[in-house]
Amino acid sequence: MIEVNELRKSYRIRFGRKTIDVPAVRGVTFDVQKGQVLGLLGSNGAGKTTTIRMLTTLIRPDSGHAVIADADLATEAAEVRRRIGYVSQGGCTADNSTAREELVLQARMFGIGKAEARERAARALDTFKLTEYADRRCKTYSGGQRRRVDIAMGLINEPKVLFLDEPTAGLDPAGRADIRDEIERLRADGMTVLVTTHYLEEADALCDRVAIVEKGQVVAEGTPDELKRQVAGDVVTLGLNGSTPDAEKVMTAAAYVTRLESTDDGLRLFVDSGNRVLPKILHDLDDAGIVPDTIEVHRPSLDDVFLAKAGRSLTAA
Amino acid sequence: MNVARGTWLVFHRQISQIIRSPIWIFLSILDPLVYLFLFAPLLQRALNAPTSGAAYTTFVPGLLVLLAIFGGMFAGFNMLVELRAGMIERARVTPMSTVALLLGRSLKDVANLLFQGGIVTLTAMLFGLTVRLPELLLGFLLVGMIALGMSALSNGAALKLKTEGILSPLINTVGHPLLMLSGILLPLALAPVWLQNVANLNVFSWVVRGMRELFAGHPEAPVVWQSFAVLTVLTTLSVYWASRQFARSIR
Repeated sequence: MIEVNELRKSYRIRFGRKTIDVPAVRGVTFDVQKGQVLGLLGSNGAGKTTTIRMLTTLIRPDSGHAVIADADLATEAAEVRRRIGYVSQGGCTADNSTAREELVLQARMFGIGKAEARERAARALDTFKLTEYADRRCKTYSGGQRRRVDIAMGLINEPKVLFLDEPTAGLDPAGRADIRDEIERLRADGMTVLVTTHYLEEADALCDRVAIVEKGQVVAEGTPDELKRQVAGDVVTLGLNGSTPDAEKVMTAAAYVTRLESTDDGLRLFVDSGNRVLPKILHDLDDAGIVPDTIEVHRPSLDDVFLAKAGRSLTAA
Repeated sequence: MNVARGTWLVFHRQISQIIRSPIWIFLSILDPLVYLFLFAPLLQRALNAPTSGAAYTTFVPGLLVLLAIFGGMFAGFNMLVELRAGMIERARVTPMSTVALLLGRSLKDVANLLFQGGIVTLTAMLFGLTVRLPELLLGFLLVGMIALGMSALSNGAALKLKTEGILSPLINTVGHPLLMLSGILLPLALAPVWLQNVANLNVFSWVVRGMRELFAGHPEAPVVWQSFAVLTVLTTLSVYWASRQFARSIR
């Protein structure tokens, strides 16, 4: 549904008489399949917004190709616009307009007739649980309500692909939870979504696939689980209460353990996939007559992945 | 989507936004009246006009041009607000034509000007201004074209510059000489010859003369058709240039 190939964009910045090209996106490549939610994860300035603005026809790439919903970005920009929905970072509702007016206007900007536009607006208000506030001015809304109007506007032309640029940025926790629910619903409805975020938990919870963007490039891409496995596999912690030396011997011999460390009261095992090897661990320990007190599987967080791929932590920033 | 329909959509939206602001309506009525009541008495003395009606016949056409120039020139500030609110971006990701996005906005400024101009003209009539209807309509057409062109230029400049910090000094730098050299507030007859020559290069000084001929009941004066000709060219170029600014990348 979205194919992006080696997109590049630099900005010209002038310093006195000198102009220098500052690369914002240096060759980004990724695909999004129909019905998938892809998250572009990265810190501010990593090139996420520039990428999304190129894909939504707002800025022209310096080079590279992209095909969105079967329309070529370079040669069929007007067609791309008709087939996509875009929700910008800051939102785009006017203080003095009501949600209903904004939705009707948005529909009409796509060339939809008056009656049909009203009908679509009413349906969208209903879907996004906005009917109660529909005829109040947008300036009276909470951040979450206002962002829901933005998303409803992005969907009014029944797009094949929806672009969401930092949909939860600047919202309070309740507003963020609200928007996450909406994205979950879109995902359940089979909408193809490209969403940028710098919240790891969000990318983890909402996206089918995640592309980590750093310094204008995709440094890692895959499902959240795949990415986590690429980095460290899983960690299995055994509480052994005294039988550690015996268990250590058994586990050192096991092929599925890539590395092990002893802890205060047991062992920490590094494995490829915790879920798959857990029965084997129990089986092998049982054969040696060892019954662990506790057993826990930890998955590395996306933060571990980001740290490994981008060379720094996202949460510490 | 066709340009006419898009223009109407944007125009309708813009008008419905401004009429929600009662202060805005109050100020746009007050502003021209302040000029009318403060400058006209001064001008009556300066021009040695026999009656206040005669002074208004000279002053009102110029005042209408002034309102059109400044009303149009400040349009860019509203554009900056809309840029920041994401309104422009939102429209750019739809199939709307950029000409419609610009024309809808600039025609709002024209409508605003015609409203202000109507109030000024009617008020001045109460105080003795006389003008025939066909000439008045031609005059309003002229100022409408000025407002359209200036608003387009200002919107285009706002899209290019993206900051009030440059737009305000630009408007002042361009606006004040244009105003002074148009003979609106002070008659250019008082100016030294070289200044009159410079003023002759100012399109708006022709237009002010054209407007005065119209209000004086001389629509056949050559400066009238010359004003229309030169404004048609300038307005068309302005609208074309400003629409292209929309099509350029919006950061």
